[in-house]
Amino acid sequence: MKINAIALIAAVGSMAMTSGPVMPAQGGIRASITRGKQVYLEQCLACHQADASGVPNMNPPLIKTKYVLGDKVALVKIVLNGMHGEKIGDDDYTGVMAPHPDLTDQQIADVLTFVRNSFGNKASAVTPAQVKTIRATNKPPAQ
Amino acid sequence: MITRCLFGAAMFCIAGMPAAAQLKLPSGFKATVLTTDMQHARHIAVAPNGVIFVKLERLKNGKGIYRLEDTNGDGKPDKVTGFGDYVGTGMYLKGDYLYASSNTDVYRYRLDKNYNVLNPDKPEHIVRGLLDRGEHNSKSIVLDNDGNLYVNIGAYSNACQVSDRQKGSPGRMPCPILDSAGGIWEFKAGVPDQTYGDDHRYATGLRNVVGLDWNTATNTLFVMQHGRDQLSDLFPQYWDSKQSAVLPAECMYELHKGSNCGWPYIFYDQIQHKQIESPEYGGDGKKGPSRQYQDPVIAFPGHLAPDGLLFYTGNQFPAKYKNGAFIAFHGSWNRAPQPQEGYYVVFVPFSNGKPSGNWEVFANNFAGGPDKMQPGSAEHRPCGLAQGPDGSIYVTDDQRNGGTIWKISYHK
Repeated sequence: MKINAIALIAAVGSMAMTSGPVMPAQGGIRASITRGKQVYLEQCLACHQADASGVPNMNPPLIKTKYVLGDKVALVKIVLNGMHGEKIGDDDYTGVMAPHPDLTDQQIADVLTFVRNSFGNKASAVTPAQVKTIRATNKPPAQ
Repeated sequence: MITRCLFGAAMFCIAGMPAAAQLKLPSGFKATVLTTDMQHARHIAVAPNGVIFVKLERLKNGKGIYRLEDTNGDGKPDKVTGFGDYVGTGMYLKGDYLYASSNTDVYRYRLDKNYNVLNPDKPEHIVRGLLDRGEHNSKSIVLDNDGNLYVNIGAYSNACQVSDRQKGSPGRMPCPILDSAGGIWEFKAGVPDQTYGDDHRYATGLRNVVGLDWNTATNTLFVMQHGRDQLSDLFPQYWDSKQSAVLPAECMYELHKGSNCGWPYIFYDQIQHKQIESPEYGGDGKKGPSRQYQDPVIAFPGHLAPDGLLFYTGNQFPAKYKNGAFIAFHGSWNRAPQPQEGYYVVFVPFSNGKPSGNWEVFANNFAGGPDKMQPGSAEHRPCGLAQGPDGSIYVTDDQRNGGTIWKISYHK
């Protein structure tokens, strides 16, 4: 019952965002978060740390920042294209985040849904359909 | 305690835990907190009269260098003045001059006999136009006794891949970064407006050096390299996360003109005691390189992040410390998901210019407890080291809310 309620909330949130499929991800948001945690452990933890607090001056935290909680298009593009040299609040971060175009739409949706609903964050799910749409028009960074 | 509260940040008073008491030191040593107001302090220099100069990597009230003087003899600085409108890391005092670096340039300031800065707004511009592409951009500096200035220019890359830190991206051959970074450059300390040039590169194949010092016993330059990251992330077929947490070694090198320490083509494995070909260049974790590069004089466990190096020439500490090396290990981040390590100052005894025993932790617990051994949660992260005229040593802390400078002395 609880799972269904969460799935419903996520589905409603998702419906408001896109005209595509209403389900956030295969198996609902809880399953997406569970899968996303595994992606986080393999792809993100080394730099952003287990508690997502990041590394001062190098790798930004993923806790309650506008990057994580805000515009999903920008967030998906950070995963696809990587990032380098950002000022967040008063802090400069000089670390290099590699692009991750090799991750599937499902993996990107799952990991971002996990991050947006962990470490004190609370935000709507990211769906594979949204990732697919963003990827289709994304311009990869110049090498 | 009241004095500390007045001078220091309020949080230390509320917490009731003086930062001095926090450090764990060998018997007979005592740490004194000189200030808790120097947030983002990088390297430090102490004048023969005890005046302290510290370089900040964030401006504090618009200034990037602070001069701290104890005018009333109570052992703590009471006269604090800022100058220099740029951030950076390098701070070194030699003779009548204070040398300071931004992330692209080196300046020097003339000092009077009381180590006041004569023209704080008009330093001589010694070196300009060094590379700053964000990653590894700090420019550490040191002088020898012959008027030469040595500057680290860190490589803006982990392992010179086509796409930095991207899984599967190959290493570039030859690595084009090495023409203008990934080494130590040598300049004349008193000549203005120098920049890159054919004769200026002193040593190459060094990924990123932050801690460095001129060893007056050997009359040579010693540096601490930050070794590469992400072996198990990028090459899980060769390393698991436990191996990757301690590899590669954080290496101390003794440099000479023309030294090549092998980055990005090799790294040093302190468990196999040999140079290993980098996986981006065809290595498999076991294979040695096709050519040998310079070996380190000491190989520490991985990712500890050596940010300060000091050869001890004082007479205050017990005899075993004479001519030995202190190293400030900023503390790891790239050991995750394994536990982090570092956040301490270590000591290595030297005899006849070479390490003469095992390294040992000298000052520990900068993080403030085992639950705070994370780069984001550590209370303090040791960075710069300097020796004072009485033979005490000074340690800076560049953590965001840290800002502490300790003086560590020995009392029989």
